[in-house]
Amino acid sequence: MNQHIDAIVALSAILFSMGVLGVLTRKNAITIFMSVELMLNSVNLALVAFSRLHNDITGQMLVIFVMAIAAAEVAVGLAIVISIFRNRQTADVTEINLLRW
Amino acid sequence: MNIGLFGLVIALPLAGFLLNGALGLFNLLGWRSESRKPVVGWLASLAILVPFVVLLFIFLGMSAEDKSIVTYYRWFSVEDLNINIAYQIDSLSVLMGLMVTGIGFLIHVYSIGYMKHDEGFWRFFVYLNLFIFAMLNLIFADNLVLLFLGWEGVGLCSYLLIGFWYKQAFVNDAAIKAFVMNRIGDFAFLIGMFLIFKTVGSLSFDAINSNVGLFDESTLFWAGLFLFIGATGKSAQIPLYTWLPDAMAGPTPVSALIHAATMVTAGVYMVARLSPLFSANAELMMIVAVIGGLTALFAATIGLFQNDIKKVLAYSTVSQLGYMFLAAGVGAFPIAIFHVFTHAFFKACLFLGSGSVIHAMHDEQDIRNMGGLKKYLPQTYITFFIATFALAGFPLTAGFFSKDEILFRTFASGNYILWGLAIFSALLTAIYMMRLTSLTFYGKERFDSHKTHPHESPALMTLPLWILAAGALLVGFLGLPGVVAPTNWITTWLEPSVINVEGHASHFTEWALMALGSGLAIAGLFAGWKLYTTNLETVARLKASFSGLYNLIYNKYFVDETYDNVIVKPYSWISNSLMNNLENMLLYPLYGWTAKAVSGGAELIRFIQTGHTPTYVTFFIIGVVGVISLILFI
Repeated sequence: MNQHIDAIVALSAILFSMGVLGVLTRKNAITIFMSVELMLNSVNLALVAFSRLHNDITGQMLVIFVMAIAAAEVAVGLAIVISIFRNRQTADVTEINLLRW
Repeated sequence: MNIGLFGLVIALPLAGFLLNGALGLFNLLGWRSESRKPVVGWLASLAILVPFVVLLFIFLGMSAEDKSIVTYYRWFSVEDLNINIAYQIDSLSVLMGLMVTGIGFLIHVYSIGYMKHDEGFWRFFVYLNLFIFAMLNLIFADNLVLLFLGWEGVGLCSYLLIGFWYKQAFVNDAAIKAFVMNRIGDFAFLIGMFLIFKTVGSLSFDAINSNVGLFDESTLFWAGLFLFIGATGKSAQIPLYTWLPDAMAGPTPVSALIHAATMVTAGVYMVARLSPLFSANAELMMIVAVIGGLTALFAATIGLFQNDIKKVLAYSTVSQLGYMFLAAGVGAFPIAIFHVFTHAFFKACLFLGSGSVIHAMHDEQDIRNMGGLKKYLPQTYITFFIATFALAGFPLTAGFFSKDEILFRTFASGNYILWGLAIFSALLTAIYMMRLTSLTFYGKERFDSHKTHPHESPALMTLPLWILAAGALLVGFLGLPGVVAPTNWITTWLEPSVINVEGHASHFTEWALMALGSGLAIAGLFAGWKLYTTNLETVARLKASFSGLYNLIYNKYFVDETYDNVIVKPYSWISNSLMNNLENMLLYPLYGWTAKAVSGGAELIRFIQTGHTPTYVTFFIIGVVGVISLILFI
């Protein structure tokens, strides 16, 4: 396991970067959500790997928290997206600019 | 001494003020209507009568040495400065309190008649009650701060009452003038208080008067001088006296109560209260005496040629206040208070009498348009006559005893020049008072008797006149001169509370001075009567031959004009030029530019706020990457 840590962290970083790219480039709110999930899970992967490496349970515990929070965030976020979609018939974030001057 | 009911003395005038004030302000129970006027008036009078009775009982049950301090609550305390709402009841304050409530009550009753047709009736009595409340605080205060509260309170009421008929511009000007003049004095008063606190560490009269030894010479002098400047403002002495004659724009009962009998004597009272402090410095006492003597003469000469019945009395008040300070300045503090006391009676009587005349003449105040009123206003005439004689110092009247004692004590203290000023002023006093009486009541009728029908005032107004006239005849016997009675009542009564520096002179001197004083008073009265009743042509001829001097005095030595040119005009010039140049040209644009810069800046950077979520996220990520790079690589 220990000899694979570099590869796992690299994978985590690649996944995270993909998530960031997704958030920055996609226009559909749902896709952006999925990208965010991807970022969260890349972090989870890194946490689990380090937990194993250091024989420390804390990392795995944190993963459970991250999952719980991700679930809550998705619940709230999707509700907002649905509500916006009902009002404006779109989930394109570039068209949602209510806060603009 | 039973002081259990003392609280009423302070509380009732306040209650009267609050009750009439609240009901009148919101016009509850028809409080402003015609039918409520007697209720308002008598309620206000009762709020003064009860304190008078309470004080009378305290007075009858106490001896001169008695002194107690009633503390109601801690007003405020900062570090080791503790100021209490505490009242000091001793022979001096009880005497003054009796005078204020007694004369105050009479003037309240008089006002019910005098102000009967005024639409601001309730307002008038509200102010009067507030005034009495403030005045009693001033008198009974046990520390300088509470005294200052009363001092400012009476100043405020004075302002409100001078400006009572606020619809005329000159009335407002007079009120503002009184207020500003007093403020100058009050500023000095505050500085005096600070100086005292710096040395003594307390502001209660007990602490100050028993720790005079702590002062170094110059602090004592300056503290006393600043307090005295405060007194010159309140008591209308040179150089701050000019507001008092103008204050006659107020209703006549106000002139009688505030600007003759009570408030203007507050300065004398304060000096007497702090007599140990003042008498500890000879130069200070000299300044007090000289200012007093000069004011007495100065105002007496102006009074000689004034044509407004109330203005003559106003200058006479200034002059008499000068006598009081002269007495204080030569160390005869009890005599100063004695003169305050007698003066309150005859001057209140004169003012109320003049009010009765003005009332009868339908608001005519110029004595050149009066004359021959004796037969129309018999009661007013007799009381006015008595009070004139008392003020002139006719033998055995109240003014005779007090003024004569002042003259004697000035002489005995060795200040012969001041004595000369004072005795000359006494002669002038007799002349101008008899001139006033003659022009008003004797001689030909100089008004249009078809248009004006003078009528005697109602009993509500004449009764107070009679009581005050009786006082003007009798109260002098409280202070018999030393040659007749070695210890007179007033000095014995006041000596535990105030300093009394006895002068030394032989009995013969005292008799001689008394004879001289009486002789001059009688001569002055006679001259005034002779000149202004039958010999008006002689007067006119004299005026013509001394026209330069006459004009100087008639125009009040141009003091008002001088103040106007030296202080008021340069001040408004500076204010105007600051407004036009600094404010309008520089400061105002500066504020404009600042506002423009801010809004212009906002205009520029608001484009950052696109409302476009991906942009925000981009910035966010750039920020995160930036912060992480900072942490990792630096």
